[in-house]
Amino acid sequence: MKPAPALAEGFPDLSGMRIAREPHWFRWLSAALIVLVLAAIARAFANGQIEWSYVSRFIAAKVILEGIVNTMVMAVLAMALGIFLGIVVAIMRLSPNPVLKTVAAGYTWLFRGTPLILQLLLWFNLALVFPTIGIPGLWSARAVEIMTPFLAALLGLGINQGAYTSEVMRAGMLSVDIGQYEAAQAIGMGRLRALRRIILPQAMRVVIPPLGNEFIGMVKATSLASVIQYPEVLHNAENIYYANSRVIELLIVAGLWYLLVVSILTPLQMLLERRFARGTLRFAR
Amino acid sequence: MTKPLVAIRFVAKNFGEFQALKNVSLDVWPGEVMCLIGASGSGKTTLLRCINQLAVIDSGGIWLDGELLGVREQGGRLHRLSESEIGRQRLKTGMVFQRFNLFPHKTALENIAEGPLQVQGRKAGEVRTEALELLRRVGLSTKANSYPAQLSGGQQQRVAIARALAMKPMLMLFDEPTSALDPELVGEVLAVMKELAKSGMTMMVVTHELGFAREVADRVVYMDQGAIVEQGHASDVLGAPREERTKAFLSAVI
Ligand SMILES: Nc1ncnc2c1ncn2[C@@H]1O[C@H](COP(=O)(O)OP(=O)(O)O)[C@@H](O)[C@H]1O
Ligand SMILES: [Mg+2]
Repeated sequence: MKPAPALAEGFPDLSGMRIAREPHWFRWLSAALIVLVLAAIARAFANGQIEWSYVSRFIAAKVILEGIVNTMVMAVLAMALGIFLGIVVAIMRLSPNPVLKTVAAGYTWLFRGTPLILQLLLWFNLALVFPTIGIPGLWSARAVEIMTPFLAALLGLGINQGAYTSEVMRAGMLSVDIGQYEAAQAIGMGRLRALRRIILPQAMRVVIPPLGNEFIGMVKATSLASVIQYPEVLHNAENIYYANSRVIELLIVAGLWYLLVVSILTPLQMLLERRFARGTLRFAR
Repeated sequence: MTKPLVAIRFVAKNFGEFQALKNVSLDVWPGEVMCLIGASGSGKTTLLRCINQLAVIDSGGIWLDGELLGVREQGGRLHRLSESEIGRQRLKTGMVFQRFNLFPHKTALENIAEGPLQVQGRKAGEVRTEALELLRRVGLSTKANSYPAQLSGGQQQRVAIARALAMKPMLMLFDEPTSALDPELVGEVLAVMKELAKSGMTMMVVTHELGFAREVADRVVYMDQGAIVEQGHASDVLGAPREERTKAFLSAVI
């Protein structure tokens, strides 16, 4: 047996030494600068023409609370409508039927191509085009009575959202391996059942992060409905400052509520993501 | 006189200009185990996909269990069947894919039960019992609640076989079921297929496992460039091929 060769000299044992901590001067400097800037901004606001007492007085006022509830109700309903339309339109776009494909592409083109605020105004003023609406011979009503601010906002926001969501959904469905469609077909599933049972659940994993984005956008987009008299939080804040002229204070109140709502949505999204991650983690459950 | 379970007559399939299948005719008899061999691109997958109607043939006809697939003859013309009728015809065949294609968001048990529950609308309790029995048959009783990502390739493929069997097909189609597997996992899948062959199932198996073909197949079919070049008993085709192309292929493979 040969003895193990001796190790060469000049390469000392480092195993006992620790890694030294670097001072990170630049980090400290930049942090200090940022604190200074923030302090200056805070001081400016404290000394500026803002009556903070009005902010605290109105932050939990009944009208404001009603407003934020209306904001949330509208955001949830319009998003639900948007997701429903988005799924339907995405399925239409991926179908082999050229008529369905064209209709779907036309819908996306029309509602993505015009400003949301214009669409809201059009829905709200539908009565100018169709004074009465209904099913001939069965039922009819005056459009002004039907097209309330609530319904106009829901249709305007939801249908517009559907145009964007359909693209998100389409991307999600395209991300699912073609072999999954084939395996579903091979056990006798039709196109729609395969989409519902096999493809969409897998697509959801991919679409939840962008849909979370879209929903946050929707919460803020509801503020546009203030122009058609829907009593969401910005609209109600405006009504208060028309009366008391505390414009900035009430805008801050509304802004704080938006921030709060959006902050709550992020952890909710993580819960949803976990729900749809089923089977993807190697040691899941 | 028994009739062939599958009768393929003058079938052609093109992809654009390219002829993937040229005038293919073939019978598969009840209980027969047929192995399809041939170089990559020779049309073996396409042939299986046409039988399972994942691909639509351009001309010719395929009969399964006496029933013309995909079209109905009426007034001297062929009319395409509706999607639901095609779905019903597909239930007679089970397909096992090279890349398994298990549903990743469902457990092994759920994968197997999906078809019987959702497509055949059968009762949950009875489907569960059968699915567990199928898992036992493919040697995976302990993996009922595992997701595909938690299983090895060989285990996934065995679940895929059980999923296809759950629909009680008359014909099983295997498209290179072991080609995506590490060499040490091939045996466990082939063992399940041998057991299935022994139970009398009619099988069409695209494979490069010539040992399996020699041992299990009643007939070996050699395909090249979209056509059947030679067929016969496994020992003849593999042991003493007549056609030059078959000889060249076999000497390249072995
Ligand atoms: N969807 C498709 N589009 C275009 N060409 C295809 C398609 N599927 C198969 N082919 C072509 O048809 C030929 C036969 O393919 P395939 O049946 O997969 O061969 P094999 O399974 O014997 O390797 C190949 O040349 C392949 O490129
Ligand atoms: Mg192939």
